[in-house]
Amino acid sequence: MADEALASRRFREERQESWRQLEALVRRAERDGLKRLEARELLSIPMLYRACASSLSVARSISLDASLIAYLESLTSRAYFVVYGVRVGLRALAGTFVARDFPATVRAARWPILLAAVLLFGGAAAGWTITASDSAWFEAFVGAEMAGGRTPAATREELAATLFDKPPPEEALAAFASFLFSNNAGVGMLCFALGAAFGVPVVLLMVYNGLLLGAMCAVFSGKGLTVEFLAWLAIHGTTELTAVVICGGAGFHLAGAMIDPGRRSRLVALAAHGRSAAVLVLGAVLMLLLAALLEGFGRQWITDTAVRAGVGGAMLAGWCAYFACCGRQRRSAEETARLGR
Amino acid sequence: MSPDLVARRTIETPEGVGVVVELADIGTRAAALMIDLTIIVCLALVGGLLWHWVLTPIFGTHASTALLVLFSFFLRCPYFLCFELRWQGQTPGKRLLGLRVVDRRGGALSPTALAARNIMREVEVFLPVALVLSPPPNMSGGTWWYSSALVWAGIFAVMPVFNRDRLRVGDMVGGTWVVSTRRTALESDLTKTANTHRTDVFHFTTAQLNAYGIAELQVLEEVLRGPHTPTTRNTKNEVCDRIRARIGWQGPLFAADVDDFLSAYYAALRAHLERRALFGDRRADKHAAAKASTAPTTGDSAPRAARQTAWDE
Repeated sequence: MADEALASRRFREERQESWRQLEALVRRAERDGLKRLEARELLSIPMLYRACASSLSVARSISLDASLIAYLESLTSRAYFVVYGVRVGLRALAGTFVARDFPATVRAARWPILLAAVLLFGGAAAGWTITASDSAWFEAFVGAEMAGGRTPAATREELAATLFDKPPPEEALAAFASFLFSNNAGVGMLCFALGAAFGVPVVLLMVYNGLLLGAMCAVFSGKGLTVEFLAWLAIHGTTELTAVVICGGAGFHLAGAMIDPGRRSRLVALAAHGRSAAVLVLGAVLMLLLAALLEGFGRQWITDTAVRAGVGGAMLAGWCAYFACCGRQRRSAEETARLGR
Repeated sequence: MSPDLVARRTIETPEGVGVVVELADIGTRAAALMIDLTIIVCLALVGGLLWHWVLTPIFGTHASTALLVLFSFFLRCPYFLCFELRWQGQTPGKRLLGLRVVDRRGGALSPTALAARNIMREVEVFLPVALVLSPPPNMSGGTWWYSSALVWAGIFAVMPVFNRDRLRVGDMVGGTWVVSTRRTALESDLTKTANTHRTDVFHFTTAQLNAYGIAELQVLEEVLRGPHTPTTRNTKNEVCDRIRARIGWQGPLFAADVDDFLSAYYAALRAHLERRALFGDRRADKHAAAKASTAPTTGDSAPRAARQTAWDE
């Protein structure tokens, strides 16, 4: 008599075989990864998962067996993580990232990036003007360790020697370049992360680095080495400073979500801005890799001022064209679906 | 941990079913981070030894130093990012402790979300660690600067304590949750294990089944599924006495029959309540059940009472 009434038990007996199948597959996927499963098994997971999800909603409405519902909840969520994990095919993603996502995100975040640029170059102009008018300020901006003898007191010959060093052996360049990269990428990521503190530390970082740069410019231009110094800087600097400005822009983009979340809640705005800012930082880190190679190798090999300026100018023009033009075409429907929201 | 302390959240899947996840507790997450940091330190040591004893003699100082510098860069945020990308939101520490990163909005976990949450570790983990390891700057007001920087960095580090969803700043920026994935086994259906040849002995009237609601049914389920210990034995006897008193059970009952009686009553009550629920009459607990049986109404308007106290009256 009780038997015919217990629809929930018959429901369970009909479906539990497929739950157990799914559980076995999910356990293997969790332990060994999806790649170890056979194609047939891989294909069956989404199907079994959907059946399990629908079992859960049926069970919630017809069954009062708490342990059954707990089991289905746990199984559905585990299967859900397997089905909706991180997308595979990172290589294809890297392609779309470079071709489309990065330049498109830079264009979308142009105002915070512009703000970072204004602060950096404003700081540089201020540093240059102040140091040029009173060289005592130099020590306030640039630490002795950082200056490495490139002070206002140095002679023209000493300064020129720092610009046109004999290239060290090539293996040393690799170490130098990798050090530059890891240092700069660390600073770039910090710029982004500090955006979460309402962007105040990012302002300080941008202005301070600008002051430093301006003070160095003033030292060299004071000895009539303006062009040589700028060319020495430009060969990697056009790439490096662009990347730094983008990182600063990422920080401000993040800060923008905290200061003015608009109609969304602060948490929702922060998550949305955080993701696009992460795209900016990842792209900037790639740029810094390139800049480190240019600085580590290119600048030591190329000692001619005109060629240095030419390479730097070409890089700058390349970046401008890249950010202005790339990634303007719209995503196809299929790609949008693959990339999710 | 008792079920009341577990924070649950629901993720709406693309199929339209709410998947319930348990937020990971802060202690477990801290432990997972410690495991990962330990692995990082070990890797750094191994890398340093390799550099000194193997790479330098083979490739020379400069090339091996380049490798070492890049490797130590990898051992910061990229370590976490790469593992979470490859292992579906898990690092070795998270995997050992059954934790996982998930997207708060549901759907696939995007690489940019993972990048955002892990780059944030620069200020949450590595900046405070660097500050603690480095001495205060040797200048006027240096100590003041140093301690305020420490406090400021500390605010980031303890952020998960101060919000309901236990988000660290990286989770806020990435739009993620860290959840604990618990495995629950499929237990047998208690109505099936009910001793069927005794159903003729234990026959309940509709009035007797109207005495309780869903909350009591599920507490009874918990008691029946309890381990075979003297404590469970006592609880069963107590519960049995209460039920008999409430439903006015007149039939014979020996001590050995307690389990059979409870199983039979569970099966009958579940069948009764499930049938009522099918007709749109979900009886949350005994108060709702009493109200429903005297004046038949539909729907469960009664709030779900605290389950554990339901039997205590």
